[in-house]
Amino acid sequence: MLTWNELLPLVPETFLLGATLLLLIVDLFVSQQRRGLTHFLAIVILVLTAILTARPHPEAQQAFGGMFIRDGFADLLKLGILVTAIAVFVYAKPYLKPRGLFQGEFYVLCLTGVLGMMLMVSAGNLIMIYLGLALLALSSYALVALNRDSPQSSESAMKYFVLGALASGMLLYGMSMLYGATGTLDLSRIHGAAEIARHDQRMLLLFGLVFVVVGLAFKFGAAPFHMWLPDVYQGSPTAVTLFIASAPKIAAFGMAWRLLEGGLASLASDWQGMLAVLALLSLAIGNLVAIAQTNLKRMLAYSTISHVGFLLLGLLAGTKEGYAAAMFYALTYAITTAAAFGMIVLLSRADFEAEEIDDFKGLNQRNGWYAGMMLMVMASLAGVPIWVGFIAKLAVLQAAVPEFLWLAIAGGVFAVIGSFYYLRVIKVMYFDPPASPDPLVVPADVPFRFVLSANSLLLLGLGIASGPLWAWCLAVVPS
Amino acid sequence: MITLAHFLGLGAVLFCISVAGIFINRKNVIVLLMAIELMLLAVNMNFVAFSHFLGDVHGQVFVFFILTVAAAESAIGLAILVVLFRNRSTINVAELDSLKG
Repeated sequence: MLTWNELLPLVPETFLLGATLLLLIVDLFVSQQRRGLTHFLAIVILVLTAILTARPHPEAQQAFGGMFIRDGFADLLKLGILVTAIAVFVYAKPYLKPRGLFQGEFYVLCLTGVLGMMLMVSAGNLIMIYLGLALLALSSYALVALNRDSPQSSESAMKYFVLGALASGMLLYGMSMLYGATGTLDLSRIHGAAEIARHDQRMLLLFGLVFVVVGLAFKFGAAPFHMWLPDVYQGSPTAVTLFIASAPKIAAFGMAWRLLEGGLASLASDWQGMLAVLALLSLAIGNLVAIAQTNLKRMLAYSTISHVGFLLLGLLAGTKEGYAAAMFYALTYAITTAAAFGMIVLLSRADFEAEEIDDFKGLNQRNGWYAGMMLMVMASLAGVPIWVGFIAKLAVLQAAVPEFLWLAIAGGVFAVIGSFYYLRVIKVMYFDPPASPDPLVVPADVPFRFVLSANSLLLLGLGIASGPLWAWCLAVVPS
Repeated sequence: MITLAHFLGLGAVLFCISVAGIFINRKNVIVLLMAIELMLLAVNMNFVAFSHFLGDVHGQVFVFFILTVAAAESAIGLAILVVLFRNRSTINVAELDSLKG
């Protein structure tokens, strides 16, 4: 018999779902001039969900017979997702407004995507993982096609849809094999059954594992399953790229951890090898191809691929420190990339997208403060010491050293190669003459300017004082 | 006697046809959508077969969820297809190449 107490762990998600549906109705009665109300309410919903999620003493709770798990791990990832989503909403407004995209749909679809991500990181059952993933994926497909008069947007939405559906299919096929081998959909019981599997069951598990890892790699955007990523980043409106590029990486990490560590820990030696290949390819392809890009959004897409490689380094170490390092990486990467796309929004105007690297020429002469902010973001992405990107890279490399020394060395080498294209953006901003000498027209949106500056400075702040977040990551990963 | 292996074989064949349909097809986006549906049905076949031979009902419950999500997925896929056709006046896969680099 289901009691109210059993549903308590679900309170943040239930609130988010109810509030999102309410927002959908409220938005119908808001005139286009007062659309700011929808924007404001969406942010309030995220803040309230974050307050409901935060707990001083996170003990593990379950709902629906273990289908939904609420522990410290899920809480921290959810807070990361919600905070990133708030930043995304603030950055998106000045971009959406002059383009006629400032509609309630953007907010409702983003909120359902956030709900999907929260379910993914809390899943204790294969059904839950799939439903969370589907909720996120379906919202994202619709978001990419949000600008329905743009041929580029609809083309990238189609590509994203086909490859995303292919990835879900792969993941599901793998899940069906896991189910066949263990006779259960519950991740903790799969864990138990995998440990005592007979030889033939183990073969079936391995067969399923291959498909699961391929599906995960697609969702992460790890090479060689990264084809969709640059096209989707470039083709979708910057406000949507902002959303797709940031928070879902945190959720993908949570899902990968639940599946690989929570369900298939006894096959660790097998998936470590697969992830090692994915990590090496991602580091190589991401960093090398990014050098050749002239479009900043495309460059950031390849940069994402390389960062996924680093994240996988932490994941494949298979130790408590490794998972904590990957978690730290995912959280800090999400806020860094949000700031990076925020900068593109800053430079763009109604008739001008500002997505070429050349558009940043001479930014320092046009507006010294925001050139400095972009410097922070690029330095953090490159992993320059004292910025948070450095701490995160160091942590994953340290975690990978004991068992995968060669991979850690390769990671270090590719980090150095990769810093070239971040430094090029800094060079373009400070040492190239601007295309037009006029000072930069900054969006008048005060919250936008404040959050963008605070976000960029946070990257420096977290780099100097990374201790609390690192300790938090370490505390929530079960040993 | 039809055994579990027969069902899994059928599932695998359906799955391979759908993956081949996605990668080989260079003509029509609608065929891609059909291939995606087929892929999910191959998975459903696996789940139902395992569920029957293991005597465990959870697999069949999963199938209901997959069917529902597949319906939502094709709704979104077709909507994107309509938008695409309106913007580009083509649904030929080979012509969807404006994004490169």
